[in-house]
Order: sequence, then structure tokens, then C-alpha cells
Amino acid sequence: MLTFLARRLVATVIVLLVASYIVYVLAADAGDPLAALRTSTSRNKAELINLRIAQLDLNVPAPLRYFIWLGGILSGFVGHFTLGKSVAGQDITDMLGSAVGVTLQLLTASFILAIIIGILIGITSALRQYSGYDYTVTFLSFLFFSLPSFFVAVILKAYVGIAFNNYLDNPKIAWWIYILIPLISGLIWMGILGGTARRRLMIFGIAAIATFAVILYIGLTDWFDNPALGPVVILILAIGFGLLVVALTTGLQNRKSLYTALTVAVVGIPAYYAFNINRAEEINGWLLLLLGLVTIGVGMLIGWLWGGYDRWQSARTGAITAFLTGGLIVADRFMSSWSVYSDAVANGRPIATVGSGTPDLSSISHSFWITGLDSITHLLLPTISLMLISLAGYSRYSRANLLDVMNSDYIRTARAKGLNERTVVMRHAFRNSLIPLTTIVAFDFGALLGGAIITETVFAWSGMGQLFNIALGPTGPDVNAIMGFFVVTGIAAVVANVLADVAYTALDPRIRVSV
Amino acid sequence: MTAGLIPPPPTSGGSSLAESPEDSEPEIGDTNAVTPAAGNLEDSRAENAIELKEVEGLSQGRIVMRRFLRHRGAMISLGVVIVIILLAFSAEGIDALGIVIKGWWKYRWTDIDNIQNGGQPTLSLWPLNWGNHPFGQDSLGRDVFALVMRGTQQSIMIVVIVGILSTVIGVVIGSVSGFFRGWIDTLLMRFTDAIIIIPLIVLTAVLGRTYGNLGSFVLAIVLGLASWTGLARLVRGEVLALREREFVDAARVAGASSGRIMFLHILPNAVGVVVVNTTLLMSATILTEAAISFLGFGVQQPDVSLGSIINLYQNAFNTRPWLFFSPVIFIILIALAINFIGDGLRDAFDPRQKRALNKAARKSAAAARQKATAR
Repeated sequence: MLTFLARRLVATVIVLLVASYIVYVLAADAGDPLAALRTSTSRNKAELINLRIAQLDLNVPAPLRYFIWLGGILSGFVGHFTLGKSVAGQDITDMLGSAVGVTLQLLTASFILAIIIGILIGITSALRQYSGYDYTVTFLSFLFFSLPSFFVAVILKAYVGIAFNNYLDNPKIAWWIYILIPLISGLIWMGILGGTARRRLMIFGIAAIATFAVILYIGLTDWFDNPALGPVVILILAIGFGLLVVALTTGLQNRKSLYTALTVAVVGIPAYYAFNINRAEEINGWLLLLLGLVTIGVGMLIGWLWGGYDRWQSARTGAITAFLTGGLIVADRFMSSWSVYSDAVANGRPIATVGSGTPDLSSISHSFWITGLDSITHLLLPTISLMLISLAGYSRYSRANLLDVMNSDYIRTARAKGLNERTVVMRHAFRNSLIPLTTIVAFDFGALLGGAIITETVFAWSGMGQLFNIALGPTGPDVNAIMGFFVVTGIAAVVANVLADVAYTALDPRIRVSV
Repeated sequence: MTAGLIPPPPTSGGSSLAESPEDSEPEIGDTNAVTPAAGNLEDSRAENAIELKEVEGLSQGRIVMRRFLRHRGAMISLGVVIVIILLAFSAEGIDALGIVIKGWWKYRWTDIDNIQNGGQPTLSLWPLNWGNHPFGQDSLGRDVFALVMRGTQQSIMIVVIVGILSTVIGVVIGSVSGFFRGWIDTLLMRFTDAIIIIPLIVLTAVLGRTYGNLGSFVLAIVLGLASWTGLARLVRGEVLALREREFVDAARVAGASSGRIMFLHILPNAVGVVVVNTTLLMSATILTEAAISFLGFGVQQPDVSLGSIINLYQNAFNTRPWLFFSPVIFIILIALAINFIGDGLRDAFDPRQKRALNKAARKSAAAARQKATAR
């Protein structure tokens, strides 16, 4: 394994060098960095031009100038690491630092959500192959696959962001929403759960009525203006999550596991009150993370105490349920800050369509909850637009993988042993179908740091995409900035590549790395 | 090499564990896999026999062709693409490489007319009426229908050129690399890796910034030079597997040259991978071209492509949304249609595809079965 990694490392460095050389020469060729200065009317024009030539070593031809740039990186070994300066004279390293942070913030949530939801959709559609649901999902994923990303972004901005803000101004739900949404929800649940015609009709009815009730509740109480969950809803949702977790992982007939989930859900209520003492104003991100870990620990402890012949299974159920319940409590706390945020910070139009945060927020509030809400509202639309597009791919991949696995011999063996459907799907098929996905996820993760150039442009985020866009913009190609961008994305890509290989060998013992 | 990217030789009995899922879309039949009841097994055996009978005496190409023609989504999409191409090229005529043929539409995309009715679209579906400016006018008074048709032409031309160019480069590099192995393989694949780690949009945007103002034809060639990498890898994997097969040995014993073996013996067997991935690459190119034109690095004024029309009017979205929607609808239609065609081709070329695909085909299979049992 070590020899493999060493060989990979050498090959990787060579590949990176070649690629960076290509990018450097092409970028330097893309235009004249002095164009803006040449047409300027300032009196010391010649001086400025000379200054810039000296600053960027422009008198050296590009194929050789690359080695000056490379020297800047190599001198990192003696402590003078530099990626050069931008045309405007800024240090590239500083520019990259903030841009990478912003981009990671933008892309992490959409990346994780796209994977989770994509896998869920792919799996459900594979299990209901050739059903109406499957065909609809297939068509929709093809559609989203074919949507230009700027289109999704612009549409979301205009029809979701602005429309929702208008709704908050005048909270009145149109009559057709009361009909349309329950119908859609009924159809989706009917498609996922399937079964005989009678069963499907029943599922449709229940889902539609439940959705109708939720919308009615939202409409009557102006929920979006003043959202809250409250202990009762938290308890109901926690029990629901618990039942779902149990049904999917161990099966409802595993009583110990079931009791664990219910206990954890009930313990959530005192936890809710304890958390809301003093309205949790003093909290910060690290403390919240610590509390999350404690919550998972408590969940595991409860499961372990319930015992049974396989107590770690119950402990796992407890941990997942506790995590979800904790998430509900935190969500409730965020909601209770919503109206303050909406009125005081966002002037009644909370869903932001521009930028990565309210400027000068720290002068208004230092509260963790307000800043958190500010990030959430700014992240919402870009996250959805990025998610919708990558979701399509993941759902296709996971559908294809699961179908592949479901037709393999060991699934037939599992069925022949008399295992129930849940065990076959969740334990035998599902896990193995995820293995090929690791490669794709790793590649996408490599592309993550490159930023979503288009989405960042539409939503005016100043991340990596913006940096690249400006560097290539009308002021002339800013070769050092483009190279800085490429260094980050290139290294991320090759590291992800190696990680994908290693993960693959770890997950699938049939694959051995060739040494 | 990345362990996860080399498709396994077809002899591995359908375990596609190292296969990149893009090229494995196993729409495996639901004949007996999900519920292996005893009765179903009989059924599926009978069905298999019928399928074998159905393809009796047909060449591989004919079988693939039949499967493709039966894929309803692909057929509809093919129709859509043909209609769009005919519409775009006949409406605005041809103006490329110095050849100018006028189209039937009364405005050209450069014509400036008086703005009528605030530039609103005059198209109405019921009763069907085109009016003077079916897609409206922009603030200068140019006819948006003419612009969009010209943009569609340019986008389609770019896609076709990129498809041809990247197929040629990808196939040559992939086959040479897979066939000769050794240091040639290492060299070529490291080079491919180097191009792959440059994000496509970065490469195309940088190239587009340099060459975009030389016209869309040059831009298309430049894009083609940047997008062959995925295909090269896939073809290499395919060739690596195929070169170990007996027919290659037979050809070598018969004295065929390396070039002949590569392109006349091995390549025809890899044609499925090439065709499917070229199609999917073409639908991705529509979006890539739109993306870089949207950023302003693609086709430059006065010529237009679908992406550059959107770039031109992106600020007018709130006041004149038709400027934005008409090109977008064409982008989506083309990309979606090509995607479906690619899906149909993939299903048609998939050797594991045993079962007919759509309802019509299922019906015809049922009819055939009845005929068989009646006999």
C-alpha cells in the first residue's frame, strides 16, 4: 500500500506540473494584462506600465515566466512561499484564503444534501423499477441534468426568493396550493411505498390529507411569519424519526431497539427545556458541536442500557435518533429567532438573493442564532440550485448501482435464506450499491473547491468562482490569480483521486492496488 | 491509473464493480430478479427463447438498431432534434465560412426594426398565430426569433464539431494507449490526467477568452480540443480488454498491422462506448458552451449563440423575461433530447439488455409469445 501511495504521489506531482504549465501558458496567452494601462490617460502612464512589467516579470516570455512562478512555490521549502501577486498588487495567497472559505461554506451543504437526497431518490426508484414513480423520477432527473445552472439560479432567485419574501409581506396562501401540494405529496408517497391498488389508494389518501392538514395549519397560524415547533411537535416528530430509523435499520420486531428509540424521543423533551433555559443565548458553534456529541453519547448509552442480545445495535439506533431529536431542538431554537431576524436584520425580506451575508451584521447582533440564521437565509437559494443539478446525477448513479446489485447472485441467496425484504435491501443490497458511488463522490469533492463559477456569479458570492471570473475578466488575464485558483482546485482534484482509490480498495476487498 | 476507472473485461460475468457507472446503466429486466417465484422462471425462460428467436439471423448492428428504434423516448427526442435543426437552419439560412444563403424568416438576426408593442412576443398558441415577432424584440428592436434561431444554429454547429473532434482525438489517444501499453500508455494517460484535472469550465473559459472573438467556428475547434479526455480513458479501458481476445490474436497471426488491428478489428467492437459517450458529451457541450458564453468568454458579438443571448439579456430578466426564456427553452430542449438519445443508445448497445423497453415493445413481445405458444 505504501509503495502504491508513493508511486501515486510521484505520478501526481508530475501530472500537476504538466497541467499547471498548460494552464499558465494558456492563461498568459489569453490577453494583455497591460491593456487597461495602455489606454489610460494618466500622466505617468509609462511609469505605471514599467512598474507593472517589473512587478509581474512581464518582460520574460510566458513559457519561461512559469518557472519564476514555480520558484515562488518551491521556495516554500525555505520559508518564502508565494503564489505571486495579482495585477492589482494583492497577494494571491490572501485572496485565496478568503475565497476558499466562502466557497466551502457555499458548497458543503449542497454537496451533502445532494448525495443524501440523490441516494434516497435513486434507491426508491430502483426498488419501484418501471413504475410510474420510476418513470417520473427518471424523466425529472434527465430534465435537471439538462438545465443550465444559471437558469436554475435565476429562476430560483426570481420565483422562490422574491415570491417567498412577498408571501411573508402578505401571508395568504392561494387556494390552488391547498389542492396541488396535497395531490403531489399523495402521488409521491403512493409511488414510493407502492403495493396493491387498494393499499396505494389508502396511502394516497392518508398522505394527501396529512399534507393538507399541515398546509392548513401553516396558513391559519401564519407559521412562516413566526415559526416554531414547540415541545409537542418535537415529541411527535422525534417519535416518528425514531420509528423510521428502527424500521429501516433493525426492524420494528426488534423490541429493544424500538424501546430505545422511544426512550430517546421522550428524553428529548426535558432536554428541550434544559436547552431553552436562558434561551441558550451564550452558545457558540463549538459548544453546540460538543452538545451534539454529548447527545449522541446519551443516545448510545440509552440503547446500551436497554441491552438485549445485540446491545450495540440498539445503541446505534439510540445515537441516530438522539442526533435527529437534537437537530429538531436546535431547529426550534433557530425558529424562535426568526421573527427578530426577519424584522431587525433583513427588513422583512429574509430570503437573501445576493451575497454571502448581511454586510456589517456584527454591528447589529452578535448572537449565534441571528448570525446562523443570516448564513442560512443567504445559503438557501444557492444551495438549492446547486443541489438540484447534482442531485440528478447521484440519483441516476445510485439507481443503476442498486439495480445492478439487486440482480446479483448473493441477493438471490439472501432471499433464498428467507431473509425479509428490509434485511435484503438495507443490509445486503444498499451497502454494496454505495461502493461505486465513492469514486464519483470523491471526484465531485475534488471539483468542490473549484466553486460553482456560474452559481457564484448569479448570487454574487465572492468565492473561488468569482476570483476566477474576475481574473479572466475584461481587465486582462490575471495569470497569477488564475494559477492560484488552479493550484487549489488541482491539488484538491488529485488528492480526491487518490482518496477514491484508497477508499475503493478499503471498501471492496476484491480490488487490490497494483504495486 | 485509477483503479476505479478501468471497466473490467466483459468476461467478468456481469459483476461491474470497477465499472464507472456512467457506462453501466443496467436496465436489467424484471423478469425474475426481484421475485424469483417458480412460475416466473418458466416464463422468463420462454421469454428468452422468444427473444432469441426475435433476433435470429440479425447482425449485431441490426439488433442494436432495432432496440434503438423501439426506444420511444429516444425516437421522440430524435424527432425533436431534427425539427429544431431544420427550423433553425431554414429560418435564418446559412452564413458560415463565407457561404450566405437567405432563410425564409423575414428578419435577419442583425436587422433592427421599430419596437412594436414594447417588444412583447406576438406568438399565441390558441389560435395559433405567429405575428410579426413571435418571440418579441429586444431593446434595440432586433427580432428575438431570428436571434434565437441564429443562436441555435451556432450552438448546434459547435456541438457537432466538438463531438466529431473529441471523438477522433479521444479514440486515437485511447486506442493507441490501450493497444501499445507500456511507456506510450503511461505518457498518454499522464497527459490525459493532466488535462482532466484542469476543470473543463476553466480550460474552456481560458481558451474561449483567447479565441472567442475569432468566431464560433474557431471556438468550436478549441472546445473540441479540450473535451476529449473522458472518451480517451473509456476507449483505453475498452481496448485494454479487447486486445486480449482471440480475434486479435487471429488477426495478428494473419499478419495484420498494428494500425489495422486497432482500427479495423478492435475499434468496431468498442463502437458502443464511443457512440454513447459522444452523444452524452454533446449534450454536456451544449451546457458548457452556454455556461462560458454566459460568463462572456464564448461566442462574441455580433455573432450569437444561445448562451451569449442569455448573457446579453441577463439584466433584462425582470423587465423583458421573453429575452431570457426563449433561448433557455431551446437549450433545455436540445440538451434534454440529446440526453434521451444517448440513453436510448446506451440501452440499445447494452449486451445485458435482454428485455424490451417500452410498452409497445412489451406488447409485441407478448404477441410473439402468444404466437409461439399457439404454434
